[in-house]
Amino acid sequence: MDTALEADRAGEERELVARAREGDRTAFGTLVTIYMRRAYYVALGLVGAHDDALDLSQDAFARAYRAHASLDPERPFYPWLYQIVRRLCFNHLRDRRTRRRRMEEATPWLADEARATARDPAREAERAELRARLETAIDELSEREREVLVLREFQGLRYKEIAELLSIPIGTVMSRLYSARRNLAEQLEDVL
Amino acid sequence: MNSEARAPDSRGRRLLMAELDGELTESEREELERLVAADPELAKERKRFKRLKEVTDSMALKPAPEEMWDDYWASVYSRVERGLGWVFVSIGAIILLAYGAWRGVETLLADATMPWFVKTAVLAVSFGAVILLVSVVREKLFLGPKQRYKDVER
Repeated sequence: MDTALEADRAGEERELVARAREGDRTAFGTLVTIYMRRAYYVALGLVGAHDDALDLSQDAFARAYRAHASLDPERPFYPWLYQIVRRLCFNHLRDRRTRRRRMEEATPWLADEARATARDPAREAERAELRARLETAIDELSEREREVLVLREFQGLRYKEIAELLSIPIGTVMSRLYSARRNLAEQLEDVL
Repeated sequence: MNSEARAPDSRGRRLLMAELDGELTESEREELERLVAADPELAKERKRFKRLKEVTDSMALKPAPEEMWDDYWASVYSRVERGLGWVFVSIGAIILLAYGAWRGVETLLADATMPWFVKTAVLAVSFGAVILLVSVVREKLFLGPKQRYKDVER
């Protein structure tokens, strides 16, 4: 049943990509609607700011639309789009002006799901500090480490899916995850 | 323990990751238990990573306001339109500026009262501007895409 459903979806997507390739605006709009959340949230994980994630994910779709002639209906749309999103995000993070602005106006980009159960104000403050420290620790990871961590922890992708998306071996996914987690553990040593 | 076992890509460390992420097979689990029993450092790391995993599992990406999605595609399309608009504006502006400059230079050169060194300077500025324009366009068209992403780790 699941396999049949997946095949149906893949077939639908192939058709949408084929139409988008011919310049069909409605088909491309449907692809945007299908993948906008995924693109936005992965950008949020990679750059750690709502406004930037919205801007970069929309920019990625706009660039994809302009490059519609290079779409391949035989390949899934999201990995192709993801390459654009990650390039934009990494370039954005490397921009000096971005770094300066991010230091000046850091706003929370993680939501603490355990906070709702913390009724005690002291515990709530402790959790808020933990969230802020985790955000800072993630910000300090290298791009590669951050990317696999976000895809695994916040996007819930399995190793195989991450490996396919990034075109790297599963072993590399695991070692990047290890480096990322080791760095996070060092940064959060006193609270773990 | 040798340096290989300390490396991020050592078998034990990879298995630790797989355990945390629920991707361990039964035989791998047995292998990990053996490695952990033989290596106190790995056992310590295992505990530390489990505590870290509890922290990361309790956090999620902050949800975006639901209304944001209503205008998402419209905003993407506006960007595409604006991009197209800028291309036409740029082409038009370049043509108009080039024509205006050409007419200006022509008038200036035809003016017999204008000293020779002013005419030479105007010609030098025009020639320099053309070289700069060609250089910028060539860089944008042929070097731009590669240079722009040269620092991106892949």
